[in-house]
Amino acid sequence: MQQLSHLLGIEDLTTEQISFILDQAKPFQEFQRHPLKKLATLRGKTVAVAFFEPSTRTRISFTTAASRLGADTMALQAESSSLKKGESLIDTVRTIEAMRPDGIVIRHSSSGAPEFVAQRLEIPVLNAGDGTHEHPTQALLDALTIRDRKGKLEGWNVTILGDVLHSRVARSNIHLLTKFGAHITLCGPAMWVPRELETLAPNLRRTSCLESALEGADVVMVLRVQTERIHEPALAADEYVLGYQLTAQRLRLARPDALVLHPGPMIRGLEIDPAVADGPQSCVLEQVTNGLAVRMALLYHLIGGAPLDAPHPAKDRGNASD
Amino acid sequence: MPVIEKRQLLSSEEINRTLQRLAHEIIEESAGAKDLALIGVRRRGVTLAERLVKAIRTFSQKDVPMGILDISLYRDDLSTIGTHPSLQSTEIGFAVDNRDLVIVDDVLYTGRTIRAAMNGLFDLGRPRRIRLCVLIDRGHRELPVEATFIGKTVQTSDSEIVEVRLQEIDGEERVVLVDRVS
Repeated sequence: MQQLSHLLGIEDLTTEQISFILDQAKPFQEFQRHPLKKLATLRGKTVAVAFFEPSTRTRISFTTAASRLGADTMALQAESSSLKKGESLIDTVRTIEAMRPDGIVIRHSSSGAPEFVAQRLEIPVLNAGDGTHEHPTQALLDALTIRDRKGKLEGWNVTILGDVLHSRVARSNIHLLTKFGAHITLCGPAMWVPRELETLAPNLRRTSCLESALEGADVVMVLRVQTERIHEPALAADEYVLGYQLTAQRLRLARPDALVLHPGPMIRGLEIDPAVADGPQSCVLEQVTNGLAVRMALLYHLIGGAPLDAPHPAKDRGNASD
Repeated sequence: MPVIEKRQLLSSEEINRTLQRLAHEIIEESAGAKDLALIGVRRRGVTLAERLVKAIRTFSQKDVPMGILDISLYRDDLSTIGTHPSLQSTEIGFAVDNRDLVIVDDVLYTGRTIRAAMNGLFDLGRPRRIRLCVLIDRGHRELPVEATFIGKTVQTSDSEIVEVRLQEIDGEERVVLVDRVS
């Protein structure tokens, strides 16, 4: 299996690599239940967490994941950074790199920013969301949640509901789930599910009729209505609620054991009915816990090993692991 | 890495007899086995711990709980390894607080695995006592770690490797001393 040196997106990962990451998250799921949630595994390592776009949950999740592995974090937030003063992205990350972190987690409003950085820095880069491109850790934690609840990842009918056009969460999930044979239905107001999305993966179905999108669904992914990424006149909130809010009644059109996922932050009463958000089919809180586990697994494997060509001291001795 | 087999340390039958003896020793020295639990260290320690639990049940009718520990996250050589080892789950289905634990592993060598195992256990709680049971003690300690229950002590040179081969994992059952061909 090709060893990962960065996590830039799901599109270029193989199913084998994805399954490996999900398997490696398992011990960290168990770890979240430990009374003492602190490892020394990455002690002395520093992870730069550079968020050029506001975020709370993903930033806290990455920071907590690093800290539970024993690594220190260096935080950079858009509001407080010199970006506001006009510094270019590359100068900012080179400055961070000069402080010698062992890896960098990046969120940026421009699609492709993490890849741009990865090409120029020597350290592992983890994409925490770039523009409308990808949000790979979200898709991985969603996959882990589905695999745990349903026993396997392959072949489900997945309905992705909402502003698919502007959603990097949707894009990463489409890439991931189609690799595992999912039948994906994209549903939302026509302007948010344009024909161009069909080029993302084979066998994508588009509809603006929620009822037909929900029929037979095994998994319903509700997206947040992203007011910050919408430039065209937005659909009025009450029209959206009327046509696309996932209500308990509508959810009954899906399979009885269908899962409801939401990447958060959730706007109750807009895209999702509180009864669904808090109902037995909702996986929202598991997604948060699984996010920690997935990010710990990624940091464990990407950060802190010696360069691959370095001599391996343990290999020069017998019973190395004893 | 090419290796050559130098000699057999234990036959299948000897492994079995040694485990029977170790099972008796553990019970005799555990004051009625109250709070006793075995912790198998992945990978071969797990198989050995399973067999010890079975042996104990057969001769004393006591059901000793057993847990499985993966020590990868607690290794002290991670920053010198290019690729971090794949993780496996730790499965300890009981609280370790106030338990009388016996860590089970196949070979005791530098003592670093056992140090890592103890760190892993402390993250789960505060055991009342931790002891160590190994099938082979081959010397060359780098840490102040000693086993309470030892199947066989073997003099080895640093270049030699003790290979414990168990039916469940390796498809054969014996312990051999091998050396590198240079």
